[in-house]
Amino acid sequence: MLYINCPHCGMRSQNEFSYGGDASVKRPELNKEVSDQEWDNFVYNRKSLRGKHLELWQHISGCRQWIKVERDTATHEIFRTFKADEEVA
Amino acid sequence: MTQAFRIENSGLINRDKKLSFKFNGKTYFGYEGDTLASALLANGVHLVGRSFKYHRPRGFFGAGVDEPYAVVQLYRNGETEPNIKATEQELFEGLEAKSVNCWPSVNFDIGAINNFLRIFLPAGFYYKTFMWPKSFWYRIYEPFIRKAAGLGVASIKHDKERYEHKYEYCDLLIAGSGPSGLASAYAAAKNGAKVILAEDKPRFGGSLLTSDVNIGNQSGKDWAEGIIAELKTMPNVVVKNRSQIFGYYDHNMLVMSEKVSDHLPTTKKYHPNKRLWYIRAKEVLISSGSIERPIVFGNNDTPGVMLSSAAKEYLKVYGVLVGRKPLVFTNNDSGYETAIEFKKHGVDPVVLDSRKNPESEIIDEAKNLGINIKNSYVVVAAQGYKKVKSADIASISEDKKQLGKIENIECDCICVSGFWTPTIHLASQSGNKTKFKEEIDAFIPGQSKQNEITLGAANGVFTLEETLKTSFKAGSELSKKITENDNEISIPNVVEKKSSQHDKFWCVPLPKGKNYKRFLDFQNDVAVSDIEIALREGYRSIEHVKRYTTLGMATDQGKTSNLNGLQLVSEIENKVVPAVGHTTFRPPYTPVSIGAIVGREVGKHSKPTRKSPMHSWHEKNNAVFVDAGVWLRPRYYKRGNENLFEASKREAKNVRTNVGVCDVTTLGKIDVKGPDAAELLNRVYTNAWLKLPVGKARYGVMLREDGIVMDDGTTTRISENHYHMTTTTAQAANVLSHLEYYLQLVWPELNVNVVSTTEQWAGAAIAGPKSRDLLQKLFPNSDVSNEGLPFMGYMEGDLFGVKARIFRISFSGELAYEVNVESDYGNFMWEKIMEVGKEFNIQPYGTEALSTLRIEMGHVAGSELDGRTIPFDNALEGLVSKKKDFIGKRSLQRSAFIAEDRQRIVGVVPLDKQTSIPEGSHLVKDDKAPLPNPKLGHISASCWSVEYDNPFSLAILKDGKNMIGQKLFAMSPLKNKVIPVEIVSSHYVDPKGERVRS
Ligand SMILES: [Zn+2]
Repeated sequence: MLYINCPHCGMRSQNEFSYGGDASVKRPELNKEVSDQEWDNFVYNRKSLRGKHLELWQHISGCRQWIKVERDTATHEIFRTFKADEEVA
Repeated sequence: MTQAFRIENSGLINRDKKLSFKFNGKTYFGYEGDTLASALLANGVHLVGRSFKYHRPRGFFGAGVDEPYAVVQLYRNGETEPNIKATEQELFEGLEAKSVNCWPSVNFDIGAINNFLRIFLPAGFYYKTFMWPKSFWYRIYEPFIRKAAGLGVASIKHDKERYEHKYEYCDLLIAGSGPSGLASAYAAAKNGAKVILAEDKPRFGGSLLTSDVNIGNQSGKDWAEGIIAELKTMPNVVVKNRSQIFGYYDHNMLVMSEKVSDHLPTTKKYHPNKRLWYIRAKEVLISSGSIERPIVFGNNDTPGVMLSSAAKEYLKVYGVLVGRKPLVFTNNDSGYETAIEFKKHGVDPVVLDSRKNPESEIIDEAKNLGINIKNSYVVVAAQGYKKVKSADIASISEDKKQLGKIENIECDCICVSGFWTPTIHLASQSGNKTKFKEEIDAFIPGQSKQNEITLGAANGVFTLEETLKTSFKAGSELSKKITENDNEISIPNVVEKKSSQHDKFWCVPLPKGKNYKRFLDFQNDVAVSDIEIALREGYRSIEHVKRYTTLGMATDQGKTSNLNGLQLVSEIENKVVPAVGHTTFRPPYTPVSIGAIVGREVGKHSKPTRKSPMHSWHEKNNAVFVDAGVWLRPRYYKRGNENLFEASKREAKNVRTNVGVCDVTTLGKIDVKGPDAAELLNRVYTNAWLKLPVGKARYGVMLREDGIVMDDGTTTRISENHYHMTTTTAQAANVLSHLEYYLQLVWPELNVNVVSTTEQWAGAAIAGPKSRDLLQKLFPNSDVSNEGLPFMGYMEGDLFGVKARIFRISFSGELAYEVNVESDYGNFMWEKIMEVGKEFNIQPYGTEALSTLRIEMGHVAGSELDGRTIPFDNALEGLVSKKKDFIGKRSLQRSAFIAEDRQRIVGVVPLDKQTSIPEGSHLVKDDKAPLPNPKLGHISASCWSVEYDNPFSLAILKDGKNMIGQKLFAMSPLKNKVIPVEIVSSHYVDPKGERVRS
């Protein structure tokens, strides 16, 4: 069970969180012309990386904040976590 | 029967407490502190079971967790449990156990015929034999394997025992209470660290209980007792015996199974049977010791052949002689320690040492005691069927290839020691890449992956002095990092005898003309010849060899067999052992009962049960409940002998003719507040929200980004910046997360807050032509006329002094309202509605009637919004705005979603107007078409229309729009039904929706 550092609450076990997928995906702006390819990339196409991955988790049984977690998908090592509005450098 | 093999002046058992127990129906006696194994051995019982494949007689091989043979079926307190190791099961008064794998009895076992047919049962036997013909599998092969295999039977009764889960955090978790566990725990505890020390056996001390050493002028055992006693007094320390850490998971989470009650005749009141600990440790110290490994020789599975360390443990811990004429066969000094213990207790052993001329303090002591030692000698084969009677022995050449003349010597047990294998399972599970240590011919942990360190014998360190030194240091340094205390500890003086280098020899060659079985894996009957076959047939990877031969796959997970298997593969393949590599160690280290894993989450406790504030009223009024997600909802209210069908028909009919009331508390409710609330709704829902006036409700549909309908419900504008959103019962939590996702991550610029208010409000739907009359009486001071409270209107009201929210919304298609009050007043509201409604013939209605009403109106619900349909499929395209953008809109342009023959909701009526159509039935054109019959659609929901008094169903049908009036067949192979049907409009009742506006 992963041990995730919620930037709002501190270290909490994985069972308090729910997974939200790739955090690098950006939703196309509303009311903007979007090509089929662009839309498919947003809705369906994911890289499914092996290695360092920036992903979303929601602290669903805690502060209910969506957070970004930098995790290695192969080793489960978590490097850093960020608030939703924090820039990831 | 007397305990003929029990000796005086030895053992840690309580001789004042004699216990009786039964094995295979026969009564024996033992003492408190015995295991089932030690008590049986005290009574001279060596035959405990039959082997898995050949049904050869099996005895005891070990004295603990490594035991491959002595697996029994246990009976305790009216329950039975399979797969219990007799070497781990503590004796209690009245214990009953039986052998497994034998029929009709352990002494006469018909399956033993496999032993004589073994030429037909080589490696891969199952794969080769049971493959064809295919039709034989279910009828012949599987029942045969099931009967012949298996290590006992699972109980089919409901388990009365209770199991608990516990979550714990600590600075240092220490696995194993041998010398290294005790030393590190002590040092860490002295620095104030929060320590958990776990020991799988009932007694703390590990090897110190049986070794002949001195620590700080005390015996090792006394030193261990002193340390444990002191640790137990310290508030920052938890010491747990009977507790096995069996799994090492991510981020230093370890799981431990504590046997709370297995050593007692019955579980104490309020105690669990087992407790599963989830422990998150800052640092983990693995001091799990080592397991002696066998030397492989002919018939090495005969009862009476056992590990030399086990023989010593039976003697020193339990005061039991495993034989009176022991033969010790060793390649290192450990065998001598066992021989010395025998000699000290008046028994004359013979030692066969594969080494030519070993010298050490231990060997000197054995010589001084006058023990008969034969160097460069090996056991070629054990003789005896159900018990060792003698051994064929021979001298062996220095290159270990040539045997001398075979002699036979009498003996009643063979104690074998092939040196020690560190227990690296936990380290390996943590992700540690193990490395091979040449000096000990075994793997030890390599670079730490998580915060773990392995010490003592588990790390391949076999001298006590070094073990204690490194363990005190590790305990002190790791705790210092955490607590910043640095209390010095003086390391006690250690007296131990030096031992000499072991011999790398591990397998006795077959003598010419002999074909003895030489077993590697004792539980799964894997012999040297099986591995040879696998390699001959081309298996190379050790993982494949394991699966093909089942080496190391039994319940003991190859604790004694793995390394010898690797050595054999490396020899045949002419590779070094590290190049062969070992198979992956996976949790659990030892079998864990399913009950412990499940914990308290059984039956009703497997999920929370949510009840509305009106639940007790429903109960008192004969409601029959149904699970709706985690909620319990009234399905119908039973009157007299009514069944579900009759009751729901009555309730639905009463709504259509008079008035009914339904508990709708379970609907999800979300408060949406803030200046940008309307903008959020406008982006989330498919229809327009910017112009909804205060005091008005609107029905909305929300999509996922892929265009699939996610949820529907009404949202009401309570005040300028305050909206009350409702969701379906099932989607409440998902919708909240969905809104939070967009507000926090996608549109953080929107000034809106959302919060769940599901629990804050109790809801009652009042539906039927007389609902307005009832409402007027409930709220005499409010104008609830069609003008005062029009369709989709909202107002606040005063319900006999309680503030209420009144919504004019309808799910039943009738004139209807929904009244909400704060949850605490829910029951008050309900009783008032029933009381005032009496004159209008009100009846409560449950979910079944609710479904009937919505189905015949063609209102979609969960069975249509099933995660596969878009708005068009549900005839909701009128609610999809063409002007504004919203979540999922772009996806609706996908070619499949705009196809001419796109699926769509329709109504379905059986031609005979009698036969109900099972939900899930497929709609097909031709009921006689060859299979697979092309499916045009499926029945999503069925009811008995109270309006027309005939069955009616909804279906999602390909090209549904153009199918009205067509005749099809509804086929349900599950229910064995083929029903001719006609496709009609999904709006079966009141298609223009006049009633809700009346
Ligand atoms: Zn949090």
